[in-house]
Amino acid sequence: MNQKDIISMNDMSKEEILNILGLARRIENTSEEEKLKFLHGKIVSTLFFEPSTRTKMSFESAAQRLGARILHFPPLDQTSIKKGESFTDTIKMVESYSDVIIVRHPHDGAARLAANTSEKPVLNAGDGSNQHPSQTLLDLYTIMEEKGTLKNISIAFVGDLKYGRTVHSLVKAFSHFNPVIYFVSPEILRMPQYLLDDLDKNNIKYEVLEDFRECLEKIDVFYMTRIQKERFPDVEDYEKVKGVYIINRENIIGKCKEDMIILHPLPRVDEISTDLDNTKHALYFKQAKNGIPVRQAMLMTVLNKIENICKMEVQ
Amino acid sequence: MELQITALKNGIVIDHIPIEKTFPIVEILHLREYGEIVTVACNLKSSSLGKKGLIKIEDRSLGENELGEIAILAPDVTINIIENFKVVKKIKLAIPNEITGLIKCNNNKCISNHEEIESKFIKIVDEDKIKYKCFYCERVIAENEIELKPL
Repeated sequence: MNQKDIISMNDMSKEEILNILGLARRIENTSEEEKLKFLHGKIVSTLFFEPSTRTKMSFESAAQRLGARILHFPPLDQTSIKKGESFTDTIKMVESYSDVIIVRHPHDGAARLAANTSEKPVLNAGDGSNQHPSQTLLDLYTIMEEKGTLKNISIAFVGDLKYGRTVHSLVKAFSHFNPVIYFVSPEILRMPQYLLDDLDKNNIKYEVLEDFRECLEKIDVFYMTRIQKERFPDVEDYEKVKGVYIINRENIIGKCKEDMIILHPLPRVDEISTDLDNTKHALYFKQAKNGIPVRQAMLMTVLNKIENICKMEVQ
Repeated sequence: MELQITALKNGIVIDHIPIEKTFPIVEILHLREYGEIVTVACNLKSSSLGKKGLIKIEDRSLGENELGEIAILAPDVTINIIENFKVVKKIKLAIPNEITGLIKCNNNKCISNHEEIESKFIKIVDEDKIKYKCFYCERVIAENEIELKPL
């Protein structure tokens, strides 16, 4: 991986992933006062070409807690985009104003184009349905913090596996750590075959299921996703599958491993009942909180602020 | 056929073209609009292909982009350069590792279809099959899904 940018999990080796996670832990264990010195004097631009509340706030909070200042991209209707400025021209303009650029864009590959255009580092905060590496890294970080390892984890991905980029990236990243994977979805939302082919090539064990109860007692991680209405070309198809997976105290508690954790990239709609929120299994809010140290680690990595990035040993 | 090739004083002969790729090559080289003599032959006997296509073009050379496009469409063709009625050079095409500006990404949401930039693909070999990965959106395109950009 070019450490100047973080664009795609496909660029990252196992070692590079572990470096980021190890750095995130080190940052988390540093005092707030000390952290403020890490990026003092740096300016971070957040270019969000589509709305994203959590990712934007999380990146901005991460940067500010490291002492950086934020240069906000105005709402699109108040920018030169409205006048017809190209994306690459916008990037060239912003790179002269800031030390690092965080890009969110509705088109696949926009972050890569930004990185190619800019001399300054670029972080991908989600490009269309392609990649969302900060989400993948915070998912991995949460699992590692809770389980103490990323190796040999049994994980079920449940819900929209066809359109969910978070699942696609996480599966790819997890392939470094010998997981056992259960893909649970309605038939029309199954994992794309090319991703299953990749798993076959790498000898990763997986099963394709339609009912999560078939794997519930075997898994360490239950990764729930929202069935995304906005992704369906045909609303009738959405109506057929909406609400197909809803988990609550009744169908989870006592039926899974004692230490099974439930993750969700959020926002949720109705797929995780709020009656699970106060159980030891519910880790989705902690997962969102973990976005801060992970995104801080990403910022420090691309800004070359780490002399010796600590390497975490996988047990 | 040998006689026809040697009858060309200066130009190019593209030989051993798979039949179905003959007219696509005519299209990508814009030979309909070309002012000199163009001979397009189909269903010629071929020991290696069974039947083959052949294109003969008077007073024409091929640029790097054109060679790249032909290589992507039909990598096993032979290009004969003719000078003074003689074959002075035979070019075996090779698909470059990076293909810039030639292939259109078939992902409508790819940034390369929305910005004024050249497309860029990386050649990958997957189980002996050549595929092309979009540098920007990472979509992998199989050989039979290729759509060339207009030159």
